[in-house]
Amino acid sequence: MKNWKENILAPLIFTVALLILWELACRVFSLPATVLPTPTAIAKAMVQYWPAIWENSLQTLMTTLLGFALAIVFGLALGIGIGWSKFIYGALYPVMIAFNAIPKVAVVPILIIWFGIGTIPAIFTAFLISFFPIVVNVATGLATTEPELQDVLRALGASKLDIVRKVGIPRSMPYFFGSLKVAITLAFVGSVVSETIGANSGLGQMMLAAQAGFNVELVFAGVMALAILGIALYAITALIEKRFTGWAFRAEGIG
Amino acid sequence: MTQPGAPLVVLDHVSMTYGHGVNAVKAVDDLTLTIKKGEFIAVVGPSGCGKSSMMKLISGLKPTSAGTLTIEGQPVKGPINKVGMAFQSSNLLPWRTAVDNVLLPLEIVEPHRSRIGKEKAAYREKARALLESVGLGGFTEKFPWQLSGGMQQRTSICRALIHEPEILMLDEPFGALDAFTREELWCMTRDIHQARGVTAMLVTHDLREAVFLADTVYVMSDRPGKIVKVQTVDLPRPRDLEITYEKPFQDLVHELRSYIGKH
Repeated sequence: MKNWKENILAPLIFTVALLILWELACRVFSLPATVLPTPTAIAKAMVQYWPAIWENSLQTLMTTLLGFALAIVFGLALGIGIGWSKFIYGALYPVMIAFNAIPKVAVVPILIIWFGIGTIPAIFTAFLISFFPIVVNVATGLATTEPELQDVLRALGASKLDIVRKVGIPRSMPYFFGSLKVAITLAFVGSVVSETIGANSGLGQMMLAAQAGFNVELVFAGVMALAILGIALYAITALIEKRFTGWAFRAEGIG
Repeated sequence: MTQPGAPLVVLDHVSMTYGHGVNAVKAVDDLTLTIKKGEFIAVVGPSGCGKSSMMKLISGLKPTSAGTLTIEGQPVKGPINKVGMAFQSSNLLPWRTAVDNVLLPLEIVEPHRSRIGKEKAAYREKARALLESVGLGGFTEKFPWQLSGGMQQRTSICRALIHEPEILMLDEPFGALDAFTREELWCMTRDIHQARGVTAMLVTHDLREAVFLADTVYVMSDRPGKIVKVQTVDLPRPRDLEITYEKPFQDLVHELRSYIGKH
């Protein structure tokens, strides 16, 4: 493997060092476990509560992915629309910016009123929080098609649809896949926020219950599970990006 | 079908204005000229003199504000696919190989558009042959970033030619290249013009380039662009790069230079 020093060794050393430092700090300053449990205590909690953590992780993963899928569908459609036509851009953009400015935590209670406590508010929160970057990126990719290239094609009698299909959409794909990395992380945040406010299951709800029971180790075990899940989701999206838009990550040319 | 030497493009007192009212800018003014079939014309002039506007008029991308413009006797009302264009930047699609970039116009222009799905192999072969004819035989399956600037420009010119246009329009196509590559591409353009008998219109800043390639050089004034000098280049064809060092060539360049930047 190329660059294994930067890609594997360096992050591994740093992470292990961080955990050791944490462990030592807890022991040296004898911090109470109710304030900051040691990594070993958290690991023990993870083993002890594994069935609950596993089940709730799956729930959070499910709501995140469903919200994310909705965001992809709507984000692509809206992004293509906005990038396509200045009129649609003019009509939708102000509302979208206003909507994006609303902290999504504020929307969760409304979703709970509409759909009740449970899975659906989490899916919708994940969707609402994550579709904006997709829209903006796809629209940018489309809107920045080179004017000369458009002239080349228009001179041949190409319609707007031809130009968008042949050039605009493929051209916006690196922007789209790039935005997915941001969107998946946001969708995850949205799911957990919603679960923390009102849900019957999911990591957010599990941590809330653990907090109420003063089970600090389990709260931190939940945080760990979130971190691991977050990294996995990001890595998968980054891999998909590389796979589909390899042409945008240029190798060295011959000058 | 227009015979070689017969008038192909006729501009009669053509003007073109951008914008409306007080913001209106006259880009070109009172252009009258005739491009004959098979002729190679060059348009030179200072920056922003409306050279590119003239190209957009002839390709039907912009409407005339006054005067008449006809191609093969037909008034130009909108884009006509008799034109192939190449610009200073090659504008190749980075996700397509050289041969797939060259095929792009055929996915737009009828009758190829409806055929290309079924006869993909034949069309690819045609595009490959075209690339080979400009010295890119070994590079047809390379992506743009794997090609040098000169190769990208060659590919871009192939893309402009693949649908066998009546008029090849080149808007400062060699402006971004180094001097040696530029001269290589002059020769390539000369050979394409010779071999295919295509009518060509070259917009350039480079007077040597204009004189080397063209049959007729039009010098335009500052905005609004007017034609201030029409120079016939009667140097014998085929022209060799050597002629650029000879006196008749240099006299012509010198003569043209005296018309740039004065009214």
